[in-house]
Amino acid sequence: MHQVVEYIQSYLSSNLTPGGAGNWFWATVYVLAVFVGLSIAVIAMNWLERKILAHMQVRLGPMRVGPHGLLQPIADALKLLLKEDIIPDGADKVVFWVAPFIVVLAAFTVFVVVPFGPTHAITDMNIGILFMLGVSSLSVLGIVTAGWASNSHYPLIGALRSSAQMVSYEVAMGLAVVSAILMTSLHGAGLYGAGAAGAGDGTLSMIGIVQAQLEQGVWFIFKFFPLGLVAFFIFAVAMVAETNRAPFDLPEAESELTAGFHTEYSGFRWSLFFLAEYSAMIAVSSIAVTLWLGGWLRPFPNALQGSTWDFVFSLFPGATFLFLAGMCFYNVARMPKHPLFKIQMMGLAAFGALLGLIGLVLFIPQVSARVGDIFWFSAKVAGFMYLYIWYRGTFPRYRFDQLMKVGWKVLLPVGLALLILTAVMGMRTEIWEAVRR
Amino acid sequence: MNPPVATAFFFYFLSATVIIGGVLVITRKNTVHSAMALITALLAQSGLYLMLYAPFVAGVQIILYAGGIMVLFLFVIMLISIERTMKERQFNKQWLVGIAAAAALGALFIAVYTKGRNLFPNGRLQPTETQNTQAIGSLLYGQYMFAFEIASLLLLVAIIGAVVMAKKRI
Repeated sequence: MHQVVEYIQSYLSSNLTPGGAGNWFWATVYVLAVFVGLSIAVIAMNWLERKILAHMQVRLGPMRVGPHGLLQPIADALKLLLKEDIIPDGADKVVFWVAPFIVVLAAFTVFVVVPFGPTHAITDMNIGILFMLGVSSLSVLGIVTAGWASNSHYPLIGALRSSAQMVSYEVAMGLAVVSAILMTSLHGAGLYGAGAAGAGDGTLSMIGIVQAQLEQGVWFIFKFFPLGLVAFFIFAVAMVAETNRAPFDLPEAESELTAGFHTEYSGFRWSLFFLAEYSAMIAVSSIAVTLWLGGWLRPFPNALQGSTWDFVFSLFPGATFLFLAGMCFYNVARMPKHPLFKIQMMGLAAFGALLGLIGLVLFIPQVSARVGDIFWFSAKVAGFMYLYIWYRGTFPRYRFDQLMKVGWKVLLPVGLALLILTAVMGMRTEIWEAVRR
Repeated sequence: MNPPVATAFFFYFLSATVIIGGVLVITRKNTVHSAMALITALLAQSGLYLMLYAPFVAGVQIILYAGGIMVLFLFVIMLISIERTMKERQFNKQWLVGIAAAAALGALFIAVYTKGRNLFPNGRLQPTETQNTQAIGSLLYGQYMFAFEIASLLLLVAIIGAVVMAKKRI
């Protein structure tokens, strides 16, 4: 017993990820935490997407189930679980059964290396970013097999479109990623800013990439000024195409293909596709955050430094939760004074109290120092999630030939030029450093 | 300090997956099932690379083979009518040649296993997992620069050739 406690405590003093420390107990805890957090994020995303999209289109969105439709995702999940699970007669049973699991496995496995903080990752790999790109590219297999196994026209067309689209945009995505990885090996902050930090070896590890940004004192989106930004832009376009979201949602274009590759899926299996789509969105957003937006680092590390600013930024996590709690209480006060609304009111007040409690706990300095990095990472990812909804509310869907044209004739050449320019700029700074010394 | 993850259990598990997958690839009549079995075998193979402390090769295996090439395989297979190919009988009988080739390969393996002690260096390779990618990079762009560039040139020729053959008028 004592040994077990010691084994559990021994990790807390180490400065490693659970995978790096080889601690089974904490690795399991982290896996479960990531899994639960991801499921909550998907549920929240479901609600937010409907609400935000509705407000963008001047509608109310879900209002009936719970206050402001807050319980709608849970009601939906229950509905999906209770629905009849239909497998079409002509379908290839085994492949039809396996396909959703491939997609879900690919979408969840990538979170093994996502760095929520310097120690808050399940593990850190030497090939971190390669692993993420590789495993997330496996999800296309699930989509293709799902479309084929349904033995129906719309799913097959959706699957063909999806495989062509994902394979083409992976190329542009890869080029953008390579140019960011190139930056991990270079001196200093780029075109401007002091370049004092030493050159690294270059790294593919997700934690290493963020640490390179910390050492060089610049987020890679600002490095070699337009270059990092353009690489980020290419990635941001490619990642929307990779996740089959609007305006690149041709594989599931409702107006042409009913629901694309998952037309024949119903009930629980369909919800697996849904889960996978949203967790894949979170996964690619966390790649973008890690590579270009400084991962877990707080904003403005250069301009606003010093212990005062550190303190101010450490208040943010608690303040965010307190703000959400305040919103809840405001809406409790606004709720119609009618006996029928009593339960809703109590529920919302309890939810607000819970958020407020979390917010207050986050104000404890030790706690905020420990989880502040998770907060900043999640906040940046949440920004991307909002962008996804925004795109869906704003852009019309591309035609397939337009999609291919953008991928191969715009993003690919720009990506190649970018890679070469990044290498040239990198050599320039390296030579500059050598001359100065 | 940490017990190694590369235990015998994982080796046998992954090898069995590769072998079963490989057998399924050639025995299944349905081509999509064959392709799925091949994907499984390739993924298990990348697990074997990981056990050899070669994470970079494992990652490239997943990206290129499982994620890239197999998608193209499936893409092509899906355009074929499976019902018709299922009824078609195999028209080339080459199992004699196949058995001869398999026997030769097996004999080679057995010979290496029994007599090959002095073919390989003594002692165990020090695992260099943490710097694997960097080591491969500096080898490719240092010692094997010429071979690397020649290979990339060959691939470029192949790409241009494919474009020229597929599209007469560009």
